[in-house]
Amino acid sequence: MAFLKPISPNTSTTRAPQSQRRNEPEAIGPGTMVSVTIDGATTEVPYATTILDAAKKLNIKIPTLCHHPDLCVAGVCRICVVEIEGMRNLQASCAYPLTQPLKVNTHSRTVRQARRHVLDLMLANHYGQCTTCWRNGNCELQQLAEEYGVDMTRFGSVVTPKHEIDRSSYSVVRDMNKCIGCRRCVRTCIDLQEVGALEATRRGAETLISTFQDKPLGDVVCIACGQCINRCPTGALMANDPTDDVWAAIDDPKKHVVIQTAPSPRAAIGECFGQPPGTALTFELNTALRYCGFDKIFDTNFTADLTIIEEGTELLMRLHRALVGGDTTAAVPQFTSCSPGWVKYLEHFYPEMIPHMSTAKSPQQMFGTIIKTYYAKVHNIDPADIVTVALMPCSAKKFECNRPEMAASGYKDVDFGLTTREMAAMIKEAGVDLPNVPPSEFDSPFGTATGSGVVFGATGGVMEAALRTVIELVTGEKVETLFENANIMPVRGFDGVRYAELKIPKVGPVPPILQHLFKDFEWLNGVTLKVGVAHGTANAKRVIEDIKAGGKFSECHFIEFMACPGGCLGGGGQPIPTSPEIRAARAKAIYAEDMGYDIRKSHENPDVLRIYEEFLTDGPCGHKSHELLHTSYTVRGRFIL
Amino acid sequence: MSTRNPILFNDIPAESGLRRALEMHPLDIVAEVRASGLKGRGGAGFPTAMKWQLAAAAEGATKYVVCNADEGEPGTFKDRVLLSDFADLVFEGMTIASLAIGATGGIVYLRGEYTYLVAHLESVLARRRQANLLGNDILGRKDWNFDIVIHLGSGAYVCGEETALIESLEGHRGEPRNRPPFPVNTGYMGRPTIVNNVETLCLAARVLARGATWFRQYGTHASTGSKLFSVSGDCAKPGVYELPMGITIADLLVEVGGLGAKAVQVGGASGHCVPSRLFDRTLAFEDAPTGGSIIIFGQQRDMLAVARNFMEFFVDESCGQCTPCRYGNSVLLDGIERLEKGTCSIRHLNELKALGETMELASKCGLGQSAPKAFLSIIEHFHDEVLGREPPHFAA
Repeated sequence: MAFLKPISPNTSTTRAPQSQRRNEPEAIGPGTMVSVTIDGATTEVPYATTILDAAKKLNIKIPTLCHHPDLCVAGVCRICVVEIEGMRNLQASCAYPLTQPLKVNTHSRTVRQARRHVLDLMLANHYGQCTTCWRNGNCELQQLAEEYGVDMTRFGSVVTPKHEIDRSSYSVVRDMNKCIGCRRCVRTCIDLQEVGALEATRRGAETLISTFQDKPLGDVVCIACGQCINRCPTGALMANDPTDDVWAAIDDPKKHVVIQTAPSPRAAIGECFGQPPGTALTFELNTALRYCGFDKIFDTNFTADLTIIEEGTELLMRLHRALVGGDTTAAVPQFTSCSPGWVKYLEHFYPEMIPHMSTAKSPQQMFGTIIKTYYAKVHNIDPADIVTVALMPCSAKKFECNRPEMAASGYKDVDFGLTTREMAAMIKEAGVDLPNVPPSEFDSPFGTATGSGVVFGATGGVMEAALRTVIELVTGEKVETLFENANIMPVRGFDGVRYAELKIPKVGPVPPILQHLFKDFEWLNGVTLKVGVAHGTANAKRVIEDIKAGGKFSECHFIEFMACPGGCLGGGGQPIPTSPEIRAARAKAIYAEDMGYDIRKSHENPDVLRIYEEFLTDGPCGHKSHELLHTSYTVRGRFIL
Repeated sequence: MSTRNPILFNDIPAESGLRRALEMHPLDIVAEVRASGLKGRGGAGFPTAMKWQLAAAAEGATKYVVCNADEGEPGTFKDRVLLSDFADLVFEGMTIASLAIGATGGIVYLRGEYTYLVAHLESVLARRRQANLLGNDILGRKDWNFDIVIHLGSGAYVCGEETALIESLEGHRGEPRNRPPFPVNTGYMGRPTIVNNVETLCLAARVLARGATWFRQYGTHASTGSKLFSVSGDCAKPGVYELPMGITIADLLVEVGGLGAKAVQVGGASGHCVPSRLFDRTLAFEDAPTGGSIIIFGQQRDMLAVARNFMEFFVDESCGQCTPCRYGNSVLLDGIERLEKGTCSIRHLNELKALGETMELASKCGLGQSAPKAFLSIIEHFHDEVLGREPPHFAA
């Protein structure tokens, strides 16, 4: 029948079923207010506000567990139930929209009893000792048990684990013995990221959050973004932790252990030490890492600058081929390739779009290569004895450093990827009170970094850094003449998808660094540069679909994609919890750090320029840089064998 | 006035309800149903006219009529009779509903085990399309376009819950949604949708055929009309009976040859157990409501075994979405096992009763809310029997 055909619900394009969503009832009219009385206090809230949000407004705390500020509402854990006058059943306050005046009691006898039962039932099916759990002290279930008076295991406890721990993924470890079935991970995966690697399977008490046919996570269509980890209330999901291997390398006197730190962890690690979100501890971290025993501490910003030179040059070459050469095989727009979760997403879901992907490696991988080649040579260290560690806000970086092609130096370019959380644990283990140690500098020869590298951490940052460089290289003018303080505001912000246009007003002479590639830039004179930014793979999907449909983004020249909401600062390796407010605070710290640098453009970094003089002598996108700094991609597809 | 087979199994000319509706304004159809006092026969007893009215008032050009034929309640088999012997009446009811709410699409959500009925139902639908009882400009009424498809369920009991049913129709895992919003506003594919039980739709067709006043002469003030009862268990004449609402359990037992019963389970697994001393209770929404399932237990039945049977059913059939139902059923089943072994303390039994109350109050959908009912009513009414098990003997 024809009417059964249109299978996409008109309400949304997401794949999340309605049972995992809350539909906003149609507002009666704009500005309609509804009165609500909660525990005797009365207020007015906009029509269809949830009871939970109304209670927040009244400073009344209702416990939640399956609710998360980034996710659609499930209403499944039932910890937030409240009693509504005139209704027999208790209602989940997170899912109940106020459409008429109601009187609500948040702690009646039945409500308190229900909360206790919900916790008792969860604990009766939750295996694992808090003392050995990586979320000890940062676990929502533990906290609720403490706050709501759990005093006994009324309905028993799990004596032996039921599920094998799934360590198949380089990035995400799943211990379903600790799962309480809140489905935040499922909603993260299917609704926030629109990947859909995780889903509830089986029924009743056997219900299990699992993968396609219960296959190991490493074998299914998972992009390794780790957003599920950030939203898990318990220790059921964690990153694949190489801390012990890193310690072992530090303890081995033969090994020269080098660590690079990315900007996002530096803006967030303070949260693991009780600091408010947005506390940047970049230079304190250097001191702490030296104390831990790392031999050299470098700034990933250095290779972020290198990435900009390589990726920006690649963009100019691509545009030249397309605009001047009329080469139809030149895939425009060019996509950024710094986010390994995004790379894996494209490989799985849109392998036909791989030609659009910049071949430039991510800053993490470029650094690994440079350390095991250039740095090893300059310092006369056998690269076999060098261990490179990367502090990243990311779980997908663990996957990326294990990609087989990431061995351009002849060795594994980056040996271990550490998340912000794992780094914090190491620092704590070493007995360092990070916020209170004196600051210290990065090590040379990669000591100089620029503000452009720093802003990589926020969504739109790679684009901003690239524009700062491309504009100056092409026009010969200072970018400040176009944008105040070189802050390219149109690409900043947290809108999921952004689009900006920039007319190239004039062109200058080709700078020396690019003279091996271009005779002049006349072909760019008057061209309107069109760029896009998307963060979160759900938004990436919108942009890709728009390109395929020939929409606005198909006319773009360059698009930045980040797998995680907010960009790297919201990465799957960042401290837990996460929320829009926390990510905004981290972004503020990152942009403040950018303003603090003397040099804020990648192509002005003297250390970067020196590496082209001394080592990558055939220039950006030359033969040697292609060998060491560029990579290739794998057609993965969506089908699981 | 005969009290047996008064409405559904009565010999009323085919399509007379539809032909009368054809001449009526949609609002008048809803008004007629409202006047009849018809309530949903799936068991919850929601006023049918209110559902129709809300869907009729909801905005949107595309609306759906869904016939809930996922007859999954243990001990219920009356919809099967309607679908096999009165399929035209079911479709007539759906077609009337489509006119009342302005729906263009009809879906029969058919229990997976009823696959054998598909060929029959499809042939009836084909005949109705031929006769212009379905299709475009039905019976010459301009712009009355409506057709019906059959969608097979996949075996989950929870899909009898209307929002889980809709999830299943949309191709998702069958799990109940948060309500509000209700399907009458946001149903199948986000469109206004009414989900009515097979029997409800048949009764609506009869209401239109004979009028609300005729309908109301059967049943009680709050529970009008007749009800189909699927009677099984320890009785001489099990089967499907059409009797007026409000009949007492005792009278029904006379009718079916179940005298001397120890207890009657009213409403299937999700219903509650009525002991013989309460057999004067009436089968009506205001007293002992049922979707139709009547299971009779003779004196020889072990009530703890009965409780175990129902509890095992819910352990299997909980969708696993919300915490009270996902784990609560297993805890109650564990309690029954302790009672069987004589090792359940009074203190633990009280914990189980409290848990049962939480499940009734805090579960997300009707399944979890009704899952503990059988257990709670059995430990209430057969307290001594279930607590009287011999505890284990310990070797000296």
